[in-house]
Amino acid sequence: MKEKHPAQYTVKNRCLYVALQEDLDQHNVDRIRLRLDALIDECGSNEVVFDFSKVNFMDSSGIGMIMGRYRRMMLQNGKVRAVGIHPAIARIMKYSGLYQILEPNVLCDEKQ
Amino acid sequence: MEEIISKPVMRLVDVPMEETEEAKDAPREMTLHKHENEVTLRFPALSQNEGFARMAAAAFVTRLDPTIEELSDLKTAISEAVTNAIIHGYEKHPGEIRMYLAITDMTLYVEIEDYGEGIPDVRKAREPMFTTKPEQERSGMGFAFMEAFMDSLEVISEVGKGTLVRMKKTIRA
Repeated sequence: MKEKHPAQYTVKNRCLYVALQEDLDQHNVDRIRLRLDALIDECGSNEVVFDFSKVNFMDSSGIGMIMGRYRRMMLQNGKVRAVGIHPAIARIMKYSGLYQILEPNVLCDEKQ
Repeated sequence: MEEIISKPVMRLVDVPMEETEEAKDAPREMTLHKHENEVTLRFPALSQNEGFARMAAAAFVTRLDPTIEELSDLKTAISEAVTNAIIHGYEKHPGEIRMYLAITDMTLYVEIEDYGEGIPDVRKAREPMFTTKPEQERSGMGFAFMEAFMDSLEVISEVGKGTLVRMKKTIRA
């Protein structure tokens, strides 16, 4: 069964922009993680921006993936941001403490 | 132009419950009371079925007219339990997952069961942030989310036999 990759990646200088296309569960996280890490290595990215505009669901697998990238970026003095977050996603991020960890300023623009 | 002849479809009928479902589940399935409605789904422990399980639960509970938040909570809890069965219960080799959903009044009852590894120390497993697979970036929050988003959570497990997760949620409480 051939599935579409659940994210689209755009590289601008050292910033890697990840436009998530689907629900962020363990199934999709596994597919994204490998490609994402490879791109970070290839491009020497020190900033990863996750665009959640198309994401309507996330569980702890998604939290784990973001935490993993956050840890990685921290080691390089980099940053992780998240934008386009729906209220349901914000709830789960707040509950897990991820909201406080991600870049607090411009970040988490709640989608209208 | 071919003539389309309508034929009766072969169906598996009249398989007595006593011989299959109950005998198979006897050691563990305890339906404590009759429900107004219930459904049992069995599917392989493939990660692509996580989304299916969420949707199936959402479809089943829709007649209770849950709020968007309640639906989101329910889908998250189900996703966590099913993911645990796939990653830990079967370590990604597709064994069978049984998902049981039932409704009585405004309460949804959920059972998610695998017949795989089992949990040696359930108490430890339920500690927030505890995970046996940090290398896979598991956050260790699965049980914490189930507990937070459902009204109750029960975990019954036996090493080598499997794990049963029971949850319930009253809608529009």
